[in-house]
Amino acid sequence: MTRPDRTPVIAGIGLSDGPKAPHLDALGHQAQAMQRALADSGLSKDDIDGFGCAEAWIPGVPGVDLPETAEYLGLDPRWIEGTYTGGSAYEFQVQHAEAAIRTGMADTVLLTYGSDLLTRMGRSLGTGYGRKPVGGAAYEEPYGKTTVAAYAMAAQRHMYQYGTTAEQLASVAVAVREYAAHNPQAIYRKPLTVEDVLNSRMIADPLHLYDCCAITDGGGALIVTTEERARDLRQPYVSILGTAARQNHWNISQAPDVTTTAGVRSGQEAFARAGLTPDDVDMAMLYDSFTITVVLLLESLGFCKPGEGGPFAEAGNLRPGGRLPINTDGGGLSACHPGLRGIFLLIEAVRQLRGQAGEVQVPDCEVALAAGSGGWFSTIGVTILGKGR
Amino acid sequence: MRPMTSETVRGAQGTLEIVDVVDSWTKPVPDLDPVSTTYFRAAHDGTLLIQHCPACGTRQHYPRLVCRHCAATPEWEAASGLGTVYTFTVVRQAGMPGFQDGPYVIALIDLDEGPRMMGNITDSPVDDVRIGARVQAYQLRIADGIGLPQWRLAAVSAPNA
Repeated sequence: MTRPDRTPVIAGIGLSDGPKAPHLDALGHQAQAMQRALADSGLSKDDIDGFGCAEAWIPGVPGVDLPETAEYLGLDPRWIEGTYTGGSAYEFQVQHAEAAIRTGMADTVLLTYGSDLLTRMGRSLGTGYGRKPVGGAAYEEPYGKTTVAAYAMAAQRHMYQYGTTAEQLASVAVAVREYAAHNPQAIYRKPLTVEDVLNSRMIADPLHLYDCCAITDGGGALIVTTEERARDLRQPYVSILGTAARQNHWNISQAPDVTTTAGVRSGQEAFARAGLTPDDVDMAMLYDSFTITVVLLLESLGFCKPGEGGPFAEAGNLRPGGRLPINTDGGGLSACHPGLRGIFLLIEAVRQLRGQAGEVQVPDCEVALAAGSGGWFSTIGVTILGKGR
Repeated sequence: MRPMTSETVRGAQGTLEIVDVVDSWTKPVPDLDPVSTTYFRAAHDGTLLIQHCPACGTRQHYPRLVCRHCAATPEWEAASGLGTVYTFTVVRQAGMPGFQDGPYVIALIDLDEGPRMMGNITDSPVDDVRIGARVQAYQLRIADGIGLPQWRLAAVSAPNA
């Protein structure tokens, strides 16, 4: 039986400068985010005895390895976590941090992410950079597979199978833009219409420019500690109610079915652990690398039946005041996508559960879900968070 | 384990059309590993290889040292080169070297034998491709000892397809 005093909770969050911050590199983003998370929580750096950061492999960006990041930040952790699963890495890492805290391998874990993607290489990640044609990529890169193309093939099949329309996909981008208007750090804040999305240039059929996420700079930090430690800290803590992770492929050509995701299984498992159902979720942070990603996650996680994600979005359910507000920071589509977005999903969910989300605050927000998607909806990590008691 | 050379593959007589573009190829060339060497060499010689698991019967692409279903050691098998478009996209913006000359089609092809693989569909207007369309493989020679399977829309559909 787990002793209640080791129940893991989120006690601090921090964001670095964005959406464009030429004065920061990847390490600088993490340093600044750490400073802000420490200040937010009231903890000091000496309290940190566990550290996680994803050793992201992004074409065109020099890697910074995990132990060097810990050294730069001045940490001497006894528990280290470096899981990299693409955009879902921090949902996977929170699952591991939760276990580490429960078992006493660490008392207070800091997770950081940072990237100067926009400053370093502009907006070309989705269409301009291939992977080295080695391993599984050797069977894809010679054909000119782009990141957008992989998601476009999923969207195309979803349309064929379920009659999903370009307008329905566009309505996801429109909803997320409404939230972005209230975020001073969002890269795109002007109102967006379905027509604007459909009139934007086609990148890979059927995905238009505004079906694709932004590229930004940015960093985030998250502090996980025990409930006992968090009780007398600066902020109301946020409970980790259920975490789960699944991978069912990596390369897009190995996906068993491009109209669904590993989130079917990680979602069920996370809900079972939390003792909750999709109906209990007040707001969701769904990885929005592309509009189709949101549709696939809505269906995978049980917010809709397969094929109903498009109509669900088009009916306005995702918009402010809708049945399921999503991505209230403005999402990857309009606010912040510096390569990996997983940590930002968690940070915004915490803000909502603390009641600190300002104009985009979801009323009576008790349960929030973060679903990270990595690769080409290959790895789906689901974290269900609750308002602390 | 059986040696993985294309010479030992039953039916690998090189029946697919070969188009030689070695001198003009500017796109990525696969980095070879001990397994893929056999696959890309066979493609160079006009054969599309898949793997068949003698233990559980699973057929798979891409080739590897284990069956992805049961972890036994798979054997090589020549595919017919016929398939159906599972999904596709027309890439209209790409910045990688070799891909900047206008739109091209990337598809995921379901081989008649079962496995799914990526390819380009060439030699037809990009807007003619449909999910469910029948496609025929050919082989592009892109480098010494390396061929790349590619696809065209099948010229004539079977009457009841």
